[in-house]
Amino acid sequence: MSNDVSNQMNTSRRTFLAKAGTTAGAAVVAPGVFLTTPAAARPADEPVDIERRWGILIDTAKCDDCSDCVTACETENGWGSANPVEEESSPEQQAQWIRKVGLKNKSTGHVLSLPLMCQHCETAPCVDVCPTGASFKRADGIVLVDKHICIGCRYCMMACPYKARSFIHETLTDQKPWAPRGKGTVESCTMCVHRVDEGKTPACVEACTAENHNAMFFGDLNDETSVISQELEKHGGEQIRADLQLNTGVRYRGI
Amino acid sequence: MKLALHYREIEGKSTGFWILLGGLGLLIGLAMGSVLHMEHAGHHVTGMNNQIVWGLPHVFAIFLIVAASGALNVASIGTVFGRSLYKPLARLSGLLAIALLLGGLLVLVLDLGHPDRLIIAMTYYNFKSIFAWNIILYNGFLVLTIVYIWFMMERKMNRYYRTAGFFAFIWRLILTTGTGSIFGFLVAREAYDAALLAPMFVIMSFSFGLAAFILVLMAAYNWTQRPLGDLILFRLKNLLGVFVASVLYFVVVYHLTNLYATEHHAVERFILLEGGIFTGLFWIVQIGLGSLLPLAMLYHPTIGKSRPAIATAAALVIIGGFAQLYVLLIGGQAYPLEMFPGYEVSSSFFDGVVSSYSPSIWEIALGVGGVAIALLIVIIAIRVLRFLPETLEDEVVDPHAAAKVG
Repeated sequence: MSNDVSNQMNTSRRTFLAKAGTTAGAAVVAPGVFLTTPAAARPADEPVDIERRWGILIDTAKCDDCSDCVTACETENGWGSANPVEEESSPEQQAQWIRKVGLKNKSTGHVLSLPLMCQHCETAPCVDVCPTGASFKRADGIVLVDKHICIGCRYCMMACPYKARSFIHETLTDQKPWAPRGKGTVESCTMCVHRVDEGKTPACVEACTAENHNAMFFGDLNDETSVISQELEKHGGEQIRADLQLNTGVRYRGI
Repeated sequence: MKLALHYREIEGKSTGFWILLGGLGLLIGLAMGSVLHMEHAGHHVTGMNNQIVWGLPHVFAIFLIVAASGALNVASIGTVFGRSLYKPLARLSGLLAIALLLGGLLVLVLDLGHPDRLIIAMTYYNFKSIFAWNIILYNGFLVLTIVYIWFMMERKMNRYYRTAGFFAFIWRLILTTGTGSIFGFLVAREAYDAALLAPMFVIMSFSFGLAAFILVLMAAYNWTQRPLGDLILFRLKNLLGVFVASVLYFVVVYHLTNLYATEHHAVERFILLEGGIFTGLFWIVQIGLGSLLPLAMLYHPTIGKSRPAIATAAALVIIGGFAQLYVLLIGGQAYPLEMFPGYEVSSSFFDGVVSSYSPSIWEIALGVGGVAIALLIVIIAIRVLRFLPETLEDEVVDPHAAAKVG
């Protein structure tokens, strides 16, 4: 008797499983979500000079309301006004690699302005938290995102104390070859790594100097003879959120 | 007459059963449609942005993951701590843990900017990332719990199930510590960056997981007309009360610690007083409806013995849990990063501004879909395998106690 019941149950179970399995299978396969081919593997790193530590010094006393550095970055790397393809995204969703921040001291009323971008920390929180290692720091101190293995989890954005990173919320076209921006990945200032590797300075620094503001210095922090090292030695330079002891590659004077 | 413990599949032939299955299927379908839309169009269709980076899907995902490890507690109390009363519930406890975890992980993964790169997440590990550790912890939890259930169900392996249960229990403690650490390790943000978050998440998991377990248990026994005795149900609801009170204790300590440190005064002022929706959610939903009200209901001498009241209290705990995670996750991001203490800050990138967030229908559908998939897994599993005892009458659960009461 109990066998009969058990058999009935088994038959019923088989029918149920077959039906449920077919339905579930169709549901999973049909949209193709799980069938996409995995992305290409990470390319071999180019060798960089580990003796160097690239950095930028910003003198807020010489930095006024202009935004030449921002415009130059947009033009160089193809984001913002230079490449108006992020039209679907809201202003809160659009990427910003570098921005001008206005500051007003609450007690003294002193006003200043400065450009804020990825600070290229030596111990970068974004690099620490990235599950796949897509966020990485080059041996010369430049912090980058490997777009091939970024899964778009945005944990780096949660970890960054400077809100320096942006997630791409829509499909982009006409990217610059040296700035492969793409939907579903995170990006930030690359310190114009493509220019630095060619022996040039980042676009923001170049623009600031070209307009004779001279508020930005770029160079090797490890080289005592470099202009940036000498400027830092003479006048000093602070880090934003120095309390976190991230040893940032970008330093400020007058904050 | 002495009643024995028998596990049996649910019949699953009624119209109600198929309506439930269809309803859950519909919700899952809507979620999949939302995912396709979000991934095709990009995240611009969501309410998330570069200021509020993690949104409602993460609230759902983290709730489900936290509740998953907590749902296993019922089994652990029986196996690890030797409380025989809980043993008949162990199979369902393990099943619910697996189902909730799968639901949560699906939501988390499908919200990624590149869900198609899941294989990368599984093959590229940065071992300094707590996220990478969590991928290992989640997979390990699934495997351990499946083995645990298998050892409980397979007579030949029965003698090993205590060992499996012990490892599953240890693993789940580490897992929830890992989930809490996702936020505890974020030094950048004022609302996170507290080691207390890890143990707080563990105790939250006890509470949310047990609340979910009680609801599933009551629904399963009620809808299949199987007897569920007062003995086990009252024990569970008393335990839920203890857990809810413990979470409340951690919340109080967390805020008091922050209130002592001057540097955290501003963010506390934001969450507790001036945060608008977040302040409302904190005081009204998390503290009032989600903690104090269920506590009062569960321990009330008469209301505490009413089944609808117990179910309501469990549901309130879950709602309060969602509110708690919403306030912590979204509220913690809405509050601006403090980069320049003593300065008023302004920029084109919304520095110094409280960010606002309103979830889109796609995010809501994705989150609800995760819950639906968890429930669907439970229903299918109890339909095809022997997870549920035929009866949980007092005589079956604990003959001695029942005899004494009788």
